[in-house]
Amino acid sequence: MSYKVVHYINQFFANIGGEEMAHVAPELREGFVGPGMALNNAWKGEAEIVNTIVCGDSYFAEHEKEAKEQILGWVKEIKPDFFIAGPAFNAGRYGYACANICIAVQELGIPVLTGMYTENPGADYKEKVMIVATRDSAAGMRQAAPAMAKLAMKLMKGEKIGASVEEGYMNMGIRVNMFEKERGAKRAVDMLIKKLNNQPFVTEYPMPSFDRVAPNPAIKDLSKATIALCTSGGIVPHGNPDHIESSSASHYGEYDIGGWDALTPEGWETAHGGYDPIYANANPNRVLPVDVMREFEREGVIGKLHNKFYTTVGNGTAVASAKKFAAEYAQKLVAAGVDAVIMTST
Amino acid sequence: MKTLELGYFHIKDIVIGSESKIENGVLYVDEAAVKALVLEDENIKDVHFDVARPGESVRITPVKDVIEPRVKVEGPGGIFPGMISKVEAVGSGKTYCLKDMAVVTAGKIVGFQEGLIDMSGPGADYTPFSKTINFCVVCEPADFLLATDPTATLPIENAKKPEYEKAVRMAGLKVAAYLGELARNLTPDETETFSTPNLKEGMEMFPDLPRVVYVAMLQTQGLLHDTYVYGVDAKRTLSTMLWPTEIMDGCIVSGNCVSACDKNPTYIHENNPVVHELFKQHGKTLNFVGVIITNENVYLADKQRSSDWAAKLCELLGVDGAIVTQEGFGNPDTDLIMNTVKIEKKGVKTTIVTDEYAGQDGKSQSLADADQLADAVVTGGNANQVIVLPKMDKLIGMLDYVDVIAGSHAGSLREDGSIEAEIQILTSCNNEMGFGKLSAR
Repeated sequence: MSYKVVHYINQFFANIGGEEMAHVAPELREGFVGPGMALNNAWKGEAEIVNTIVCGDSYFAEHEKEAKEQILGWVKEIKPDFFIAGPAFNAGRYGYACANICIAVQELGIPVLTGMYTENPGADYKEKVMIVATRDSAAGMRQAAPAMAKLAMKLMKGEKIGASVEEGYMNMGIRVNMFEKERGAKRAVDMLIKKLNNQPFVTEYPMPSFDRVAPNPAIKDLSKATIALCTSGGIVPHGNPDHIESSSASHYGEYDIGGWDALTPEGWETAHGGYDPIYANANPNRVLPVDVMREFEREGVIGKLHNKFYTTVGNGTAVASAKKFAAEYAQKLVAAGVDAVIMTST
Repeated sequence: MKTLELGYFHIKDIVIGSESKIENGVLYVDEAAVKALVLEDENIKDVHFDVARPGESVRITPVKDVIEPRVKVEGPGGIFPGMISKVEAVGSGKTYCLKDMAVVTAGKIVGFQEGLIDMSGPGADYTPFSKTINFCVVCEPADFLLATDPTATLPIENAKKPEYEKAVRMAGLKVAAYLGELARNLTPDETETFSTPNLKEGMEMFPDLPRVVYVAMLQTQGLLHDTYVYGVDAKRTLSTMLWPTEIMDGCIVSGNCVSACDKNPTYIHENNPVVHELFKQHGKTLNFVGVIITNENVYLADKQRSSDWAAKLCELLGVDGAIVTQEGFGNPDTDLIMNTVKIEKKGVKTTIVTDEYAGQDGKSQSLADADQLADAVVTGGNANQVIVLPKMDKLIGMLDYVDVIAGSHAGSLREDGSIEAEIQILTSCNNEMGFGKLSAR
């Protein structure tokens, strides 16, 4: 008697298509599909994927309620012993879908597991659902599938799960004891030597971080204020002259919109690789609303739209990088006398 | 240069009989002689001895202190200066140690914080003293110390507790010194030498190595929470400095069981693991300058003063890095963070060793205080983890107080003799000098 598993994957891994097919509604398939084969093989008959649920990433994001209803309905009928989703690697909407569908299935009392890159937005749910840490692209499937299969089997069997570093899942905010190979005093000396030599080290207990950005006081008089537009939606001049990456951006761009009443498809485009670019390219104002801001200027709602904007691609970009970019260009905004910023994201 | 050579005698067994000697690795103990020694103190009515060996189905509880027998054979001073020996400064010459064994004091409980040692079973993985052959000294308090209220939870009269604590503490040190003395004229199985240059010598010898100091925080919060340095109650001291080898001669002894899991028994002070690990790297990857000791008093002004002093000494020494170890939890978490933040702000990089109280579900904040500057932490694990200890065949001590040891609850001692409690009750299981391998993520 082997464990019955249901696997959730997206349109890309089901070979339906890429971004252009991200709108597909959930489908129920028999047996394994795509990466499910690797999971099945790893279980060697002790567990098997009886059904695969395929759902488009955009569909899940835009019709979450309907998607969940449909999927949970199937799961209740199938009554699997386990539900596994992904791995999503660095695909943000896929990671979000995996995490959230797992949370919903978990509420039915069925054990779940998913996997993704630590910086995937879906990883924000790591305290609510167990997430195996994977590499940032599908090139990491060869490590991710066996790792997920192994941990899933332990969960199916009800075995004791060790600490996150031992088992390969993202820390769930729960402290779990484990025995190290070396005594603490040696680990402390080794850690200090690394720190003294400016080498990377990993603390065994991250201090709780109280990173709250306190909002600045509201603008008293908008009609006198200079407002700047910024975006992580990747709007750049036609041809992307500064080659901002479509994912994991290494830099940001600063562009002049003085004299532009509205962005045009001839002059501007998006560099972002994480969403369907058709509508942004057809009308870039959808991501960077220059047209609306100019209207506000004319009507006196705002004092003025700043003549420069700052842009980068948020897709798969490290938090540390995002912080770095903003720390730098915030200074330029302040120096230019900007009072407030509207930041658009996708 | 301050140099101490330690000579190790690996003890294979302990036999209680009618003579005291060490022969072929076996320690023979004259029961009558040791009994007379302990009963010199009128606060102790009676004492009996027992031996617990690794792997045996034996439980020792309540445990007060664990001590390694040592004797000073060459050089100034004697073992446990200010307590057993006179106050002359130690840390040089030759000292012999009886390894793989320990003296364990046990007996009627003074407060809530004594612990438990299991020599086998799951508990044995969590206490280092399941690996030593333990010579157990089970003391019984004199009648005049007993609580007059027969319904009292704890048997010792409140006012008399400090006297009894001291009596048992001294009994353990006396026995350890007596046993250590038996090695004086023998030849050790092996030796190990430790040398610390003075500041000037150190900088000349190792101009390119980062200079590191070890900041040892000592528990100093009152009854069962005190530590003694050369016989001085560390509550009443200003932060100061020691040669690392002074600690090896027992100049710091324990009077505390803050919770059994993270109390530093005298044994761990004598075998301070941070001192040993820093010596291993001394002259190679770092220059081990010395030890700063600082206390953990309950008054805010004392905390501020002591942490200011610890940081000041780091600054004065001009070191590059410091390892900071804590003793205890909760209240002293504030001392730990104060020390760390102040030392870091002097430009000295720190790595700290602590343990955690994250709740039985592991979801609570592990430390009572926090700061982003404490970015290099080694942990001795979550002390609130629950464990079930099966019944052991033999008991040394008494089970009467199992339910009230810190980490236990009413009903911890079950009908079948097993114990369900937090690992907090196991002696030195979450040690914050990094003596053990338990950790958490």
